[in-house]
Parts: sequence; C-alpha cells; structure tokens
Amino acid sequence: MPMSYYLILSAAMFAIGVLGVILRRNPLVVFMSLELMFNAANLVFVAFSAYHQILDGDLFVFFVMTTAAAEVAVGLALMVAIFRAKRTIDLDEMSMLKG
Amino acid sequence: MNFETVLPLAPWVVFFPVLGILLNLLLGKRLGEKGIGTIASLAAGLSFGVAVLLALGLAGHPEGATYPFLRWLAVGDFVADWNFRVDTLSVTMMLVVAGVGSLIHIYSIGYMHADVRHNGDPDRFRRFFVFLNLFVAAMMILVSADNFLMLFVGWEGVGLCSYLLIGFWFEKGAGGIANAQAAKKAFVVNRIGDFGLLIAIFLIFYNFGSLDFETVFAQAPQVATALPGVILAITLFMLLGVTGKSAQLPLYVWLPDAMAGPTPVSALIHAATMVTAGVYLVARSQALYQQVVLAQDVVMWVGAATAFFAATIAVGQYDIKKVLAYSTISQLGFMVTAVGMGAAVAGMFHLVTHAFFKALLFLGAGSVILGMEHGHEHAAAHGSHTEGHHSAFDPQDMRNMGGLREKMPLTFWVYLIGALALAGIAPLSGFFSKDEILADASLHHPAVYLVLTAAAFLTAFYVARQLAMVFFGKPRSEAAAGAAESPAVVTVPLVILAVLAAVGGLLNFPTTHWLEKWLEHSLYGVEPARFILSVALISLAVALTGLLIGWLVYGRKPLEDARQPDPLARPLNGLFLALEHKWWVDELYQAVVVKPYLRLAQFLAQPVDQGVIDGLVNGVGNLLRSTAQSWRRIQNGYVRSYALTILLGVVLVVTYLVLR
Amino acid sequence: MDIGVLLVYGILGLTVIVSAVGLIVSRNALYSALFLVVNFVAVGLLYLALGAPFIAFAQVTVYAGSIMVLFIFVIMLLGAENLMLDEPLRGQRALGILLVVIFLAEIVLYYLLRTTPLQAIPAIPQTFASPAEIGMLLFNHYLLPFEVTAFILLAATVGAILLSKHEGPTRPKPGIQKPETPVEG
Repeated sequence: MPMSYYLILSAAMFAIGVLGVILRRNPLVVFMSLELMFNAANLVFVAFSAYHQILDGDLFVFFVMTTAAAEVAVGLALMVAIFRAKRTIDLDEMSMLKG
Repeated sequence: MNFETVLPLAPWVVFFPVLGILLNLLLGKRLGEKGIGTIASLAAGLSFGVAVLLALGLAGHPEGATYPFLRWLAVGDFVADWNFRVDTLSVTMMLVVAGVGSLIHIYSIGYMHADVRHNGDPDRFRRFFVFLNLFVAAMMILVSADNFLMLFVGWEGVGLCSYLLIGFWFEKGAGGIANAQAAKKAFVVNRIGDFGLLIAIFLIFYNFGSLDFETVFAQAPQVATALPGVILAITLFMLLGVTGKSAQLPLYVWLPDAMAGPTPVSALIHAATMVTAGVYLVARSQALYQQVVLAQDVVMWVGAATAFFAATIAVGQYDIKKVLAYSTISQLGFMVTAVGMGAAVAGMFHLVTHAFFKALLFLGAGSVILGMEHGHEHAAAHGSHTEGHHSAFDPQDMRNMGGLREKMPLTFWVYLIGALALAGIAPLSGFFSKDEILADASLHHPAVYLVLTAAAFLTAFYVARQLAMVFFGKPRSEAAAGAAESPAVVTVPLVILAVLAAVGGLLNFPTTHWLEKWLEHSLYGVEPARFILSVALISLAVALTGLLIGWLVYGRKPLEDARQPDPLARPLNGLFLALEHKWWVDELYQAVVVKPYLRLAQFLAQPVDQGVIDGLVNGVGNLLRSTAQSWRRIQNGYVRSYALTILLGVVLVVTYLVLR
Repeated sequence: MDIGVLLVYGILGLTVIVSAVGLIVSRNALYSALFLVVNFVAVGLLYLALGAPFIAFAQVTVYAGSIMVLFIFVIMLLGAENLMLDEPLRGQRALGILLVVIFLAEIVLYYLLRTTPLQAIPAIPQTFASPAEIGMLLFNHYLLPFEVTAFILLAATVGAILLSKHEGPTRPKPGIQKPETPVEG
C-alpha cells in the first residue's frame, strides 16, 4: 500500500481524537480519545520504520506504549480521587480555578 | 599703600559680612541685642575698611586688577570663575555700599530696638541683622564680579534679600498679608527684569563665547560691525533687567510697595545700593552700549520718562516714605538717562551723592516715624480718645504730622540738608551731580534736557511740600504733639550722612574732577566733562522756583487739620486725583497682566491639568484595567476551553509552517 | 494491486475510522471503551501488515489487554456510563469542529505541498521486526530509555497509589496507649 494510505488514516484518527478531547465532558472518554491520538502517532512511526527499513520507529512505539500505560494509571487514579471529593466527574464541574 | 599687598584682601569684602551672618546665627541668642547689632555693624564696617584699603592701593595703580579666587564652571571651552575685579568702578561701588551700609547698620540697632519694644518678638532683631549682612555680602559679590555670571549671582542674591526684608513684618499689613504680598510683588516684577538680563547673558555667551567682562568688551567693536542687531538685542534685554532692578518704566511698580519694609531697609536697599545695581550694570557695559546709538537712545528716554513720571506721582502722595520712594525712582531715572547718554561718570557721581542724601532722607523719615510712634504711645497711655483706634492711625501719613521742627530739631536740620541736596541747591552735593547730567543732556540731547529740567522742578516742589507738611505749621495730631527726638544711635549716623550729603559735591567738583579721573580707568569711552555756567544757573533757578512755589502753596498757610484736603486738590482737580492714585498704573497692570494670567493659570490647572493630563494618565490606567477585565474572561476555569485554546495555537503554528 | 489485498486494507481502514467515530460519539462510556478496543485490534492488524509482529502483539496485549481493562474497571467503579447532555460552554462545539477541520486540511495541504512525494512501501523481509531484532536494538542502543521507562512506570505506580489513598480518620496503632487524663476542675 502506498504511504499516503497510512498517513491519511493516521491523520484522520488523530483529528477524531482531538475532537473527542474537546467535545466530551466525561474525562474517561477524554482519556480514551487521548489513547486514540497516541495510536495515530504510533501508526505513523511503524509505517515509516517499514518505509525506511529501520527498526527505530518500532522501538519508539514500544516506549510510547509504556509511557501511555503509566499515564493512564496516574490519570485514572486522579479521577478516582476527584470522584471521592466531588461525587461527580463532569469536567465542567471542575472550574474552581477561574480568574 | 602697595596695590599688590592689598589685592589679596579683596575677598574679605564678601566674607566679613558672611562671617557676621554665621556668628549671629550661631551665637545670636546668647549675645543679646547689643551683641548682635555690634557684630553685624562690625562686619559691615570691616568690609568698608577693606574697601578703603583697596581704594588706597588703587590710587597708585589705577588700572585695577583681577584677583582670582576659585574656579567655578569649566565646561569645554566655557569658563566662569569667581574672581574679584578690583578696579576704580567696582571699588567706588564697594565704598558706597559698605560705607552707607555700616551707618545704616548702626542706625538699625536703635530703630529695631524701638520696633521690638513696640511690637514684641525679640527674635526679629537677630533675623534683621542676618538679612542685612546677607544683603551686603550679595551686593559685594555683584559689584566685584568680573564676569556676567557672577554679577547675576549677586543680582539674584540682592533680589532675594530684598524679598526677605520687604516682607520682614510678614504678619502685618492690610488684611494680615499686605507686607508679604508686597515682597512677592517685588520678587515677581524683578523676575521679569531678570528674565531680560538672562536672555542678554545667553546672547552674550552665544555670540562672544565667554562671559568675562574683559573678553566681551574687547570683542565688542568687532561683533558690532559684524552683527549689529545682536548688540542691540543684548543691550535692550539688559535694559529690561535694569528697569526691573532699578525701578524704571515699566517695572517700577514694586518700589513704592517695598516701603512696607522697615525704614533702614528702604534706605539701604531701595535707595542707596540695590536699586543702583542697574545703573552700575549699564556703566560697566558702556563698551556694549556705545556701539549702538539706538540702544543708548532707548535707555536715555526710558530714564528721562521715568524721571518725569515718578516726580509727578510724588507730588500727590501722603505717606512720607512713598514720596521718598517715588523720588528715588525719579532720581534713578536721572542716573539711567546719564549712563544712557554715555555720561557714565555723571551717572556714577549722581549715584554716590544720591546714596548719601537719599539714605539720609530715609533714615530721617525713620526717625520722624519713630517720634510719631513714640508720641502715639504717649497719647494712648494718657487716655486720649481723639486719636481713634491704634490700628487706624498711620504714623507715616504726613497729614498727621506737622510742627515737628520744634519737637525733633536735630532730625529737622539733617532732613533739611538732605532735602535741599535732593532739590539740587548749591553748594550741596545734589546740585553738582544733577547739574553734570543736565549739562551733558543740554549739549547732545536738548529734548531730554527739557524733560529732566521739568522733573527737577517737580523735585524741588514736592521736597518743599514734604518739608512744609512734616516740619512746619502746627502739630495736626496728638502723636505729632507728643513726638520726641530719637536716641543717639539713630541720630549720629544721620549727622554723618548729612555731612557727606553736604560736601559730597567735592567728589567731582567742576575744576578738579576727581571722580572722573578716578573712573576713567574703568569706564569705556569717557568724555571729559565740561562745566557750563548757564546750565548750572538755570538749574539752580529752576530748583529755587520750585521750592518757592511749594512754600507758597503749602508753607504759607499750613494745613490746620489732618482731614483737610490737599491745597492742590481743588485747582488741579482730576489731575491731582490721578497723581494721588499713581496714574492708576497698578490697577492697569492688575487688569491687563495679572487677571488674565490668573485666568490662564486657572484654566490650565483645571481643564488642562486635571482634565487632559490627569485624564490621559488615568485613561491609560483605565484602559489597561478594562483590557485586563475583558481578558480575564478567558480564564473561565473550564479545562475544555483551555484545550480548545491549545488547539487554536497548534492550528496557527501549522498554518505558519504551511505558509512559510 | 490485488483486489483481495485492497479489500482487506479497505475494511481495516474503515474499521479504524468507524470505531474511532463511534468512540467519540457514544453516550455510554462503556460503549466508547469497547469501540476503542476494536480500534486497537484493527490497528494491531495494520502493524502486522507493516511487518512488525512484536509490536502488533504488544499493542493487543498492553493496550487492549491491560489499559482498556483499567478503563472499564474505573468506568464501572465510578458509575460513569451515565449520560451527560447539554453543552454548557458557548461555541465550544462549533469552534472545536471548525478548528479540527482546518487542522486536518492543513495537514493534508502540508503533506501535498511541502514534502517530497513518498513512494510505496518496499517489501518487508520476514525477520524484519522479529522479537530477536527488536531485543538487539532495545538492549544495545536504547538501553538508557529502557531503564528510564522503568522508572516512569515505578513513578506512575507510586503516584497512583498515593492519589487513591483514603483520607480517613487514623486507625489506632498497635502498642502501649497513653491513658486519657481527665480535665481538672
């Protein structure tokens, strides 16, 4: 398949992920959209590593995955803590730091 | 007396008075009145002594010299030092200032003692003498300067002392502030003159490159041929300064109001010395004035017009000191005319003799006022009710006086000498000096000669009027009836001055011409004076006629009562009203200059300063605040809108990358 | 290209996009999670096609296997599958969609205008990204990032534990207790 296939697919996934981050009020869905964005980037990495026939791109995907896992863990723990405090996890309720 | 040995003493003419100030400020409280007065008078006296030594030294070395003192300004090519110019002209001024000044210091001991006794506040005594010494020091700086900048320092210094001393009784005067207002008026009007002088100094610096007298006067002819307009501008702006300091038209209005100060101040500053600074300046700058005939003519006519104008006003005044004030303005007009005509020697001669007899007249008037106040206290203590309230009784009003010849004989005789000298009766000093001016005028400027002669006539007339109203007839008030002679510390200086006023004519007596020979080493373009017998006789006749007519009007049928109108009031009618009201000049200035200026200041203060400037500044602040206020709304606390902002940023960056 | 190959790639691509859209559109968070799992699996298959089997399996195992499990666990714990209607922020929806469209357009433009055209992907050898090859690279050239990643994971673990600790009243410690002294007076 030509490279443009993977690139366009990845761009579309990324854009949809951004939309999810901006438009959804449920933080868990926001995190999932974030994962979607990570995935899009990973796809591009793997595609180019196949294109250039070097492995470094694949390896980077590996690191992205681990870091994404760590981030998800912390983020979800945060959600739990917030839920305990405010009994809700609606993002629009978290607006006490306004100017 | 070797000139080389006395030259280094020159700075002491300034520093003795300064020493007096310091001693009086530090030790005054402990020394008491006698001590303060002695220190101050000694300071002035020692200054006089130094001046005498300098004069003696100059006798053998008449070209004069400059004693370098300290380097003041050295900026690039421009240098202005504080040096002491010891030449015949400056030493003449020094002698007058310190000599008359010392006598007035001694006189003031008695005068201020009486003042403290009448009005309380002993601290005033020390303050007075400190200011008086300060004045002598500043005047000495002025006359001993060898460049225009130091002269200006002294000029400003005497202006300051004038302000301090006019407003000496700052809580007195009509409405509690009149004295302070008079002081302020003197300062402000002088400021206008100083502005002129400053412009002249700037022009001199710009065109000559230096402010030293020697340099400037040496280059004057070249600059005059190259840029004649510049010399004209310089001399005319300098004339503005002269009209301010020496009370000529149009800036003379401060001098009559300055009579609010104590009488010794009027004698020293506003008769003998400070007001002559302008005459000295023009005499010193003859090198500049004689390059441009137009400048000389302007100076001459300003002086002549002032001489006549002021003499007319003096005829209609009732306050004894006001008459003398207008007389001073008139006599200064004579001096200014003289230096304008180029007869600087005649001008300086009249300056010296005028210092003698005008100081004598003022001090004599002070003695009269002391006597009146003494008599008033006496009458009030004895329970008299006809005097009226203490505050309403004016001891200086001539209408309240009369018959003081019997009560204060010594004062009367010295006052008579001074008055006759003023009128120009031979062989008193005033005759010779005034005659020399008239002689020079008659030779070159006949129109001016006529004006001056008319002024001389009026001078004699108002002198006779004053003598008649004050000393002859019967006392018109209880105060006059109870007046007594003043103490010795007051009368002895009067006698000394009277002697000087009588024999002062010898200074430049027609055949010997000592003063001329003395001054020609320092003055530029001195013409040898000629004694014209016809002019002398005419001026004598005019003076005698004036005295006679004055005697006829005021002396033959003396006024009976203080409230009786002036004998001239009916015949002259409206004219006399104008004279009484000083031709309404003050009112004119008030309406034309002061009121619009105040309105302008008000306008600038309120709409412009508060409205525009404050509005601008506050407006900037308000703008910032409202901007911040509107931008605050971005910080709404919602994470999603922040995310949107981030996305916006990313889009912008990518746009840039795409378009690059 | 072979029509079969095209079909397979087409279906894969479609799956990816549709599941992504489904993710952001679903009202129920659980459905979104499940859509994401489908997405991950599809992308994993794409990795396989790109000759990276190790990565593909890691994707399915780590992402779909553990991360999504975590997600679903928390969703259930917090009861977050409820709906949240009504967009409270003004212009968020419109502006967001607009900006994303512009963003997408710009990326495409950038690819078309500013980059040199790319050829097709060459054939990938059999042992291109085998675990052996990846291991060699990982532990030789990328050892430091590997170790650092370990630290990141440790930090994440500690952080997660700390964040979700109970802030309750302290329980009595074992040992000698001081008797409470009664207040005098």
